[in-house]
Parts: sequence; structure tokens; C-alpha cells
Amino acid sequence: MSKHVVLVEDETNIAEAIRFLLGREGWRVETLANGGNAAEVIRAAMPDLVMLDVMLPGKTGFEILAELRSDAALSDLPILMLTARGQNRDREMAEQAGVSRFMTKPFSNDEILTAVRELTDGRLDKAQSDA
Amino acid sequence: MPDTRLFLERHSYRRRRIMDAVRMLPLLCTLLWLVLPTMWPNTAEEGAQTALSVAIWYLFVVWILAITASFALWRRVRHHDEADGPLEEATDG
Amino acid sequence: MVTLNQLIAVCLVYVAGLFVVAFLAERAALRGKGSWLLRSPLVYTLSLSIYCTAWTFYGAVGYAARSGLEYITIYLGPSLVMIGWWWVLRRLVRIGRTQRVTSLADLVSARFGKSNLLAVMITIMAVVGVTPYIALQLQSVTLSVSIFASAETGLGEVAQTNDTAAFWVAAGLAVFTVLFGTRNLNVNERHHGVVIAVAVEAVVKLIALLAVGAFVVWGIAGGVAETVARIDASPIGTWQTSGSRWTALIVVSAAAFVCLPRMFQVMVVENDDERHLQIASWAFPLYLMAISLFVVPIAVIGLELMPAGSNPDLYVLTVPLSQGQNGLAMLAFLGGFSSATSMVIVATLALSTMMSNHIVMPLWLQLSNTGAQQSGDVRGVVIRARRLSILMIITLGYLYYRASGGSGALAAIGLISFGGVAQFLPALLGGIFWRGSTRTGAIAGLSIGFVIWMFTMLLPSFGPDGALPAVIFTDGLFGWSALRPEALFGIAGIDPTVHAVWWSLSLNALVFFVVSIFSFPTPLERLQGAQFVNVFNTSRGPAGGWVASEGGAEDLMVMSQRILGATEAQSFFAQHAERQGRSSSTPLPTSEFVQALERELAASVGAATASAMIGQIIGGQAISVQDLMAVADESAQILEYSSQLEVKSRELTETAQELGHANKKLTQLSHQKDDFLSQISHELRTPMTSIRAFSEILRDIEGLSEAEQKRYASIIHSETIRLTRLLDDLLDLSVLENGRVSLNAQRVNLHDVIERAVITAQASGGGSLKVERSPQGEDIALLTDGDRLAQVFINIVTNAMKYCDAEAAVLTIAVRQQEDEVIIGFSDNGSGIPPDAQNLIFEKFARLNKSEASGAGLGLAICREIIARLGGDISYVEQTHGGRFDVRLPRTATFAKPRQAHSA
Repeated sequence: MSKHVVLVEDETNIAEAIRFLLGREGWRVETLANGGNAAEVIRAAMPDLVMLDVMLPGKTGFEILAELRSDAALSDLPILMLTARGQNRDREMAEQAGVSRFMTKPFSNDEILTAVRELTDGRLDKAQSDA
Repeated sequence: MPDTRLFLERHSYRRRRIMDAVRMLPLLCTLLWLVLPTMWPNTAEEGAQTALSVAIWYLFVVWILAITASFALWRRVRHHDEADGPLEEATDG
Repeated sequence: MVTLNQLIAVCLVYVAGLFVVAFLAERAALRGKGSWLLRSPLVYTLSLSIYCTAWTFYGAVGYAARSGLEYITIYLGPSLVMIGWWWVLRRLVRIGRTQRVTSLADLVSARFGKSNLLAVMITIMAVVGVTPYIALQLQSVTLSVSIFASAETGLGEVAQTNDTAAFWVAAGLAVFTVLFGTRNLNVNERHHGVVIAVAVEAVVKLIALLAVGAFVVWGIAGGVAETVARIDASPIGTWQTSGSRWTALIVVSAAAFVCLPRMFQVMVVENDDERHLQIASWAFPLYLMAISLFVVPIAVIGLELMPAGSNPDLYVLTVPLSQGQNGLAMLAFLGGFSSATSMVIVATLALSTMMSNHIVMPLWLQLSNTGAQQSGDVRGVVIRARRLSILMIITLGYLYYRASGGSGALAAIGLISFGGVAQFLPALLGGIFWRGSTRTGAIAGLSIGFVIWMFTMLLPSFGPDGALPAVIFTDGLFGWSALRPEALFGIAGIDPTVHAVWWSLSLNALVFFVVSIFSFPTPLERLQGAQFVNVFNTSRGPAGGWVASEGGAEDLMVMSQRILGATEAQSFFAQHAERQGRSSSTPLPTSEFVQALERELAASVGAATASAMIGQIIGGQAISVQDLMAVADESAQILEYSSQLEVKSRELTETAQELGHANKKLTQLSHQKDDFLSQISHELRTPMTSIRAFSEILRDIEGLSEAEQKRYASIIHSETIRLTRLLDDLLDLSVLENGRVSLNAQRVNLHDVIERAVITAQASGGGSLKVERSPQGEDIALLTDGDRLAQVFINIVTNAMKYCDAEAAVLTIAVRQQEDEVIIGFSDNGSGIPPDAQNLIFEKFARLNKSEASGAGLGLAICREIIARLGGDISYVEQTHGGRFDVRLPRTATFAKPRQAHSA
């Protein structure tokens, strides 16, 4: 089965770059440009990974994060947050809210791929062994 | 308002004593004018009589002394006022 | 021998001289000149000498001839009071000045809660007490005239002459008093004319008496030693005064010195400078001593020289006449005349002030029933009331003189008068020393004292079967032997004068004290009491306040103008408006202002009347809650202290609040700075993320198709442009905000600018937009920076292209003109900006729809800055369909200064 990631990102160019990179790694990338219904979509899709921008139309990344973490079924869903604001306060807030990884834009392609692997490998292995 | 400072500089101290004198002078005059003559024997009574001229001398001498004292006190107060400004609450009992 | 005509001529010249002196003094005072004399301690001291009336001048010698040294008590009492100035007079003068007291009645009524009843009582008592005294002066003048007249005419004509003389003297005095006493209404301007005339007369009577005395001692007796010998040899040569009379007379004369209305007038009301009091404390006893120095010698020589049966009251005149000293006799006559006239003038003035302020004015206010606001000059009414009162009082004195037939020894009448006014003493002293004294107590004490005085002193003076039937003297009132006028409570054998003084004063004081203890003062009484008793501590403390909110300043103005006069009132109001920091000339009717006004009015019409008049306008309570609380607090000192504390703590609170505000603002600024930096960071990092990602892809990944390579390179390119534009905008904004941008004023046509903007915007692509314009309306010449203006228009048109959500987007540009302004309106057919976002759009980084991520959200912020610098403004106007951007521009730009230090 292909690995499934939901990317919530309103910058089309950034989304395209990530889609390209992860696609090459065998990921199925589902992109959402609006935060408004992101949580519902994720809950329905049950992806292997969520990548979240912070500044989004509709809802902010923090709001989506809080919504996801409040759902017990999604409690161990890996969530990678990407932000361009680059403030420590944001990082602290995100970690308190239960983010799995917090990255500041711009990032190198290697960094993002490594982070994705680290977040998903164990989980995917476990899922596979369970299966 | 009584000033609660224990020690005053010499100047203010002097000034307060002058005001004490200003307050006491009328009491002294009352004694000398009002009380003493009532004790003099008069024509209606028996015994020694007071000559009118003696009475006049007595009353007028007291009068002159009182005026002089009042004048002197005024001079001192004015002197102090010029140095320190007018005297007010500090001496108001 | 001096003829009557000569005498009258001399008198007329003398009086004319007084008129001139008074007139010159008034004129000098009006011009603000001569204050070195008018306000000198010398004049103040001399004016106090109205204490020495004709009674003193003629009567003292008569008194001495009858009772030896007893006369001197009349001078010792006042000397004691003056030497003891520090105890009572200093307080009275200070209170009189701070409360702007117009009379004794005014002071007492003000002290006891501005009670007009009390003022009326005191006024009536003063009139009753002083009228015989005025009659006495008229009598002394006519007696002295008769001495001269009897020498040349028959006895029958003497009586005729006496009445005529009394009448003309009374009329002359009335004219003088009216002329100089009611010239200005506000007594704070003081009666300089009267005071200076009184001072001149003081000198004349002193010189006259000293001259007669010196003549008697050195001219007749032959020196001091001979005089002393003659004194001791005379019928009055031994001390014959009883101790009780001696004490009672000193006490009553001391009391009268403070309580006589005329003394209060010159001592307190006319006082210009509190320091004069201390000078008078030795100078006035000196005057008294000088004037009493030769009384006994004159009496003794008179007793020796004059035939038995001649009136000793007139020795001052008859002794020089008998020695052929006509000039000296004339001088003595002028001295007596001076004593009489100055007393009548000042006494009448003082009484008329009381009568008009406390009886006539309140009656007029009540009878006219119009309230103080009605039109009509109250000032005129007050002055007329005062003149009427003067005439009434002098007429009363004259009638009393006619009725009493000029009988009785001068000294007796004088003492009765003293006993009457001395009844004010307990209320007066209690009022200024004892905060517990109450209005009820004062009324009760005064009433008792006055009744006893009438019954034991005034009425018996007319003799058995005079005013009282003889049976009352022997059996007492209603047949009760305890109520015999000369033996109250059955205690007989006391000297009648001592008896009357003792019972009236002691019962007066006792009743005053007891009733005060058992009655409860009104808040206003307690407030006034605190002010009076603590006059040296809280002379600027809180006074009886008004709840002034209901009182219109205009109504107060109307009333004040009529009492103070238009100019004075206006300047008073303007001064207070200025003090309140108001630009108009009408102050707010604050409690402070109304109090000040009341005091100002009180100086003209008395405290009770002023209070009543203001009360009519302000209405309702005369005391604020704050004042009530102040009264509840017994100590005015604590009050003062706590009010200072209150001010301090209020200041501290204010400071803390200011600090809080400043801190809040700083925090806000800091947050804004953080937000701004976050925004900048975000806007810079976002394109850089794409650039970095795609450049790494291009670099690291092999086997990309040519189409892919091209696409990714073009993404990098467009993101770079986006970065550049962002940096340009930021720099632009920063330059605009700091005001470093230089604007070029050019003559441009609005049409050209819009044309350029529309073309540029459409050329940049990004959407199709139809632009509707009206070229005629746009044809307006402007003096402004055309390039900057075009930049703004481009931004607005581009926004419309980006955000207009209509199927076929149409932008309408309409130009309106308004006076010196041009308004360019841009409206599109889209749905407009949601209301909650409307006040955000001009802020930096405000972007409504992030999906159209082609701008950093600085456009409208820049537009706003530019337009502001061009002297206009830009706003978003909501319309029924969508919205409209209005750019308002002056035809001729006055380039505005940059807005103050921006938050970011």
C-alpha cells in the first residue's frame, strides 16, 4: 500500500515542491489549500502523516493541530508543522499542543525528507508487522 | 498647630517667648488695674483712706508701663517678622 | 465773648473742612493714591478713637466731678482689650477679613449658620442700645451751644435754639453719613472718606482736651504739684469707688469696646492690615491715656471755680470761658463737636449696614417675592435701604433726644448703652472660641441678657413712674418681689449698675452655655463654627458649600451684576473662569466658585442675605454631602490633613494610572513590533522556501524532463520577483513613514494620471477588468506629485482586478469636486469587503484572501501613507452593492508632515 500524506499548505509553489519530493519517495500526497475543513478531511482519510502550514486561510495550523490532538483516534498521528514565521514562541506553542516535529521554512529538501522518514518509519513498520 | 520639634533654633525660640509675653501682658494689666484697686479702702469704709492723687499716680504709671511694654513687644515682633515673615500658626496656641 | 453767629460760622467752616478732607480721601482712594496715609496704622489707631465720644469729652469731667476716679474705668477696659489684642481682637479681625464680615450682626449670624433671625435680633438690640447714645451726642452738642447762646440771649430762646441746633446737627450728620457712608456698596472698598474724617476729628478732640487740661494745670492751678495738692484737697480727693463698681465698669467697658457696632466697624470692617492691630495695641492705650490725663484736674478746678449748681458735664467749656479764654473755649467746643459728630457718623453707618442687610434687604427680597433673578437693580435697592436706615437711625436719635428732654447725666446714658451692647459678648466670644456653641444657645442667651438689661437698666433709668410704674420698683413685676428691677431674686443693696451688669451678663452667658450644650447645631453651624474657631488653622479650608449643579452660571451672573455692579461682576466671573481654565468668561458653578461668589456678595449685603440670595438661585440644599461628611468629622484639623492626604493619594493613583497606560502602550508597541517582524519573516521566508526547494531539486535530481526544468526555473524566477517586490514595498513604506521621501509638486491633469494608472495596471495582467470613466469629470488640474498619485491609483485598480468577484468585473471611476477638494471614487461591482475587515485593510500585511498570494499586503498601507503625505486621505465607503475607495485630494497639495513615529 502507498503511504498517504495530507499536506495543508496555501502556497501553491511550496506545495508543488513537497508533492514532487514526496512523490518520488512513493507517497500519495493529498494537498489542501484551506484550513477550514482540514481536520475533517484528515479524520476521514486517516493518513500516515500530516504536514501543516501555520498561516492558513480558514483556520490556522495551530487550530487544526489542537483539533486533531483532541481526537483520541488521532492521538499518535505524526504531524509535521512547517512555518515561515520563525519564532520560538510558535515552536513552544506547537510542542505544547502535541506536534510531532516543528520545522522552520525555508528548509532543505534533505531535511524535509529525513524528517518525514523519521516520523513515519517506526510507525509504518509497526503497522506492517501488525498487519 | 503646635510644632512638635523639640529644639528650635535660637531665633524662633526667642520669637515664641516674645509671643508668650504678648499673651501675658494683658493678664498682668488685669491684675494691676482690675484687681488691686478693689482692695483699696474707700470713703465708705472706716480707717485709712487712699488719696486720689496716689490712685492717679498708680493707675497712670501702670498705664505708661503697659504702653511701653506693648510698644517694646511690637518692636521685637516686627523685628522678627522682618527676618522671618509674619508670625502665624506657630504661635497660635 | 463768642457770639452764636461766630460759633456757627466756625462750625460750618470746620464741617466744610471735614467734607473736603473726606472727599479728597475718597478721590485718592479711588485713584489708588495716598494709601500710605489712608491705610496707615496711624489712621487706623485714630479712627478707633470714635470710642471717645462727647460722653468722654464732656461727660468724663462731669463723671470725675461726681465720682472721682471712677470715670477712668471707661478707658481702662478698652486699654486692656487693646493690650490683649492677641487674645480676642486678632481673632475677630482675621475672621472679619476672611469671612468678609460687614457688621457685628453679620459676624454672629454667619457664625451661627448664617441665621438671619440672630442678625435681626442683634440689629434691633444694637439700635435700641445705641439710639440713646446718639441722642446723647445730640444733647451734648446742643448743651455746649447753649453755653454760648445763653450768654447773649434770654433763657426762653435757649430752649428754642437747642432744638434748632439739635435738628440741624442731626440733619448735617445724616447728609455727611449718606454722602460718604453709602458711596460704594462693597465695604471691602472701605469708607476712606469717613475714616479719614474720623481720624482728623480724633486729633482735634485730643488737642482740644489737652489744651484745656494744660491751661487748667499750668494756667490756673500753677503747676503739677499745685494741681496734685488741689486734687487731694477737693471734695473728690479720696478714693471713693467701690470694688464691685470698679470691676463691673471695667468689664462692661471692655465688653462694649468690642461689641459696640461703631467700634466693630472701625476695628474689624475698616481694617486694612492685620498688623495695624498690634501697633494700635500700644498706640490706642496711649491715646486713651492722653485723653484721660487732665480729666481730674479739670473736674477739680471746675468744682473750685464754678458756682455751685453749674453742670459739671460742661466744665471743659465753662472753665475756659470763665477765665475769658474764648479761643480755648472755641477749641474745646470743636473738640466736643468732633467727638459727637464722628461717633454719630460711624455708629449710624454701622447700624445702617446692619439694618439694611439684615432687615430691609430680606424683607425686600421676601416682599418683592420675585427671587433674586428678577430684573431691577438690587444694588440700588441696597444703597437706598442703607440711606433710609441712616435717616431712620438719626431720626430715632433725634426723637429720643426730644422725648427725653435732654435730661440725665451724660455718663448714666452712656453706661446704659454700654450695658446693652455688652450683651453681645457671650455670643461673640462663644462663637469665636467655642465650637460647641449653637444658634439656639446664642438666641436664648441674647434674649435673656437683653430682657434683663431692659428691665434692670434701661427702663429704670427713666425713673420711678417713667417707663416702669413705681410699684414695680418696690414690689416687683407681677407683684413678685424676686422681680424687682434693682433687686433681682430678692438680693437688694447692690449698686444698680453693678446689679444690672452682673445679672444680665452672667445669666446671658449661663443660658447661652446651657442651651448650647443641650441643643444640636445644624451642619452649616458646625461648619461655620469650625471655620471661625480655627480661623488661624484653616483660613482657607472648606467653607459651607453649595450643591451648585442646579444653578446656572448665567442666573448667578444676572444677580451678581445687580449687587456688585456690571463691571465688577464680570471681572469677578472672568477671573474665576480663567482660574478654572475655561476659555469663555463664564465659570462653571462649582462649589468653590459659588462660595467665593457668596463671600463677595456677603461683603455687600451680609452673609445671611447673600446666602439666601444664592440659595434662591441654586435652590435646595446649601450643603453638599461632602461638607456633611466634613462636619461629621469633628476636627477641622484632621479634615485639613485628610484632605491633603486625599489629594496626595489621588495624585499617586493618577501617577500609577499614567504609568500603567505608558506600560500598556509600550507592551502594545512591543507586540506590534513582534507581529511586524513575524509578518516580515513570513513574507520573506515563504518565497525563499519555494526558491530553495526548487533550486535543490534542479541541482540534485537528475533526469528531470525539460518541461519540468523550465517550470521549476520559472517558479524560482517568479518567487524571486515576489521577493524583490516585497523588499521594494517595505523600503517604500519605511521611507514614506519616516518622511524621507521627497515629493515633487507638479502641475498635472487628473485625467492623465488616471489614464496612466489604468493602462499600467491592465498591462501587468492578472485579470480582466472593464474600467468605466467619465473623461469630462476627470479634467481637473492638480498641483501634486503625479507619480506617487499614479502609484496609488495603480494599486487600487490592481486590487480591483485581483479581488473583484463579479462574473464580468467592472470598475467605475467617478470624480467629484467639493470646494478645494477632489474626490476620486473607485467602485467595482464585486461583493465588497466584509465589514469586519474594513478597518483592517489599510494596515500593513492585511490580506483578505491569501489564495491570491501575489502581494505582501502592503499596498493599501503604502497608498494611505502616500495620500496622507499629499495632504489628502483615503477611505473605504460601504455601499449597498460592494464598496468604494474614496481618494480625497486637495487641488493644491500642501505636503503633510509624516505621521508621528510609527508603531512598527
